[in-house]
Amino acid sequence: MSPLLEPPASDEVAPFWDATRRGKLVLPWCRSCERPFWYPRATCPRCLGDTVEWRQARGDGTVYAVSVQHQPGPGRDAADGPYAVALIDLDEGVRVMGNVLACAAADVHVGMSVRVTWQALSDGRQLLQFAPRE
Amino acid sequence: MTEHALRAAAAIVGVADAVSPTGELDLHGRVLEAKVVREALADAGLTIGDVDGICYGGSAPGVAEYLGIQPRFMDGTMTGGSSYELHVEHAAAAIASGLGDVVVGLYAATPRSDRARRGARGRLGTPPGPNPMFEWEMPYGLRLPIGAYALAASRHMAVYGTTSEQLAQIAVDARRWASMNPRARYQQSITIDDVLASPMRASPLHRLDCCLVTDGAGAFVMTSAARAHSLAKPPVYVLGAASCSDHSMITAMPDLTVTAGAISGPAAFKQAGITTADVDVLMSYDSFTITALLHLEDLGFCAKGEGGAFVEDAKLGPGGALPMNTNGGGLSYTHPGQYGMFLLVEATRQLRGESGERQLRGPQIAVAHGSGGVLSTMGTVVLGAEATR
Ligand SMILES: [Zn+2]
Repeated sequence: MSPLLEPPASDEVAPFWDATRRGKLVLPWCRSCERPFWYPRATCPRCLGDTVEWRQARGDGTVYAVSVQHQPGPGRDAADGPYAVALIDLDEGVRVMGNVLACAAADVHVGMSVRVTWQALSDGRQLLQFAPRE
Repeated sequence: MTEHALRAAAAIVGVADAVSPTGELDLHGRVLEAKVVREALADAGLTIGDVDGICYGGSAPGVAEYLGIQPRFMDGTMTGGSSYELHVEHAAAAIASGLGDVVVGLYAATPRSDRARRGARGRLGTPPGPNPMFEWEMPYGLRLPIGAYALAASRHMAVYGTTSEQLAQIAVDARRWASMNPRARYQQSITIDDVLASPMRASPLHRLDCCLVTDGAGAFVMTSAARAHSLAKPPVYVLGAASCSDHSMITAMPDLTVTAGAISGPAAFKQAGITTADVDVLMSYDSFTITALLHLEDLGFCAKGEGGAFVEDAKLGPGGALPMNTNGGGLSYTHPGQYGMFLLVEATRQLRGESGERQLRGPQIAVAHGSGGVLSTMGTVVLGAEATR
């Protein structure tokens, strides 16, 4: 796979990226409304609360929507062939984006059970990814 | 609206600012923006849930998404230092006319502490902060904008059984209209099989499910209804207009099968005093076939999930029950990137009877429904000919 367009690490979500170094998925939970949210930030998009607690997620989810990219997107190379980009509903109740790896892109479907896997980034952080459960 | 419609129609009810005698603040970017909004709302005795409008000196949907606001009034006017006075002007007009109820305006900049941050890190990490799309979406290689629409199509197909053939019918009907428009980019007729046989770009969308990339330009002129009568052409009245934004990044779209048009459409129709049955021509943003299908459902021309079956009988094409995108649309006429202008131009021409071979017989009501971002921000405009005034 060609080198990724590596994500920046914004200051307000340092605990998220630090956890990825240990292969742990943590989600931001708002202490005011006691619910997780996505994307990670210092402000709850439900109540504007500014007290965030980072709690470990189970790492299980379900494919909500998927599109196989037949032309390479940002940071990708045509030689890599088609790949699946999906929105995943984590069991905790947040929706995240990821690639579904370790299976044929065409086999990824809405409703598929997936589990977190990690892809190394150049600075020791890891990128949240998914693979079929089982 | 009368000359003095703004006088005392709206009020400032909360304020906050953040400054320090050191000249530097600890917070920056979106976090700082959230802080002053939080404090201004507290000052007013309101909560973020009360807010339905936002003014921002830049693109409003991104900051609205961060703050968790789904605004039905947005103003992104940027005129430099005076932007915030213009925001009050526009917010007052919006509140006076019922477009918004509680509007927040905000500003944050940290040029002084940015210098230190930049020096330490050797990069720009400052207001309004790194685009969250780079952090949470870009690494996955989703092609934009098509990939976002493809995700929506995949979800619609999975939940409602919508087929590629049904989506293709939308492209076929757009081309039938384009064949009557000598200025259209593509005028040769196509079939459903042609669409399905065109290369897959981002599943389930094929090349012919996608709008064009062309050059293009457009403009409109507006004046008062009173003055409109003395001018060169028959007036086309704005009978209703409404908008809504419910996300900026596709990951944050609450439901990929329902757009903010389900808010803006009915609101605009209500202002205009019309129902879908009154619409003689629908100019509906067709960046992709799925885009147009979602609009049909969200504007109420058919029930949610029934868009596929609704379009199957070619009712959107010439001679059909719901003429849509009579210029050939973004799919066949033109699409320079932000196509919304062309919706208004063709709607106006149809209501004036200037659309040549593709002219409908005496249309009275036209709807121009624009879609921005990745199904993020919808704007619905109801236009009417003289008799509808
Ligand atoms: Zn909260």
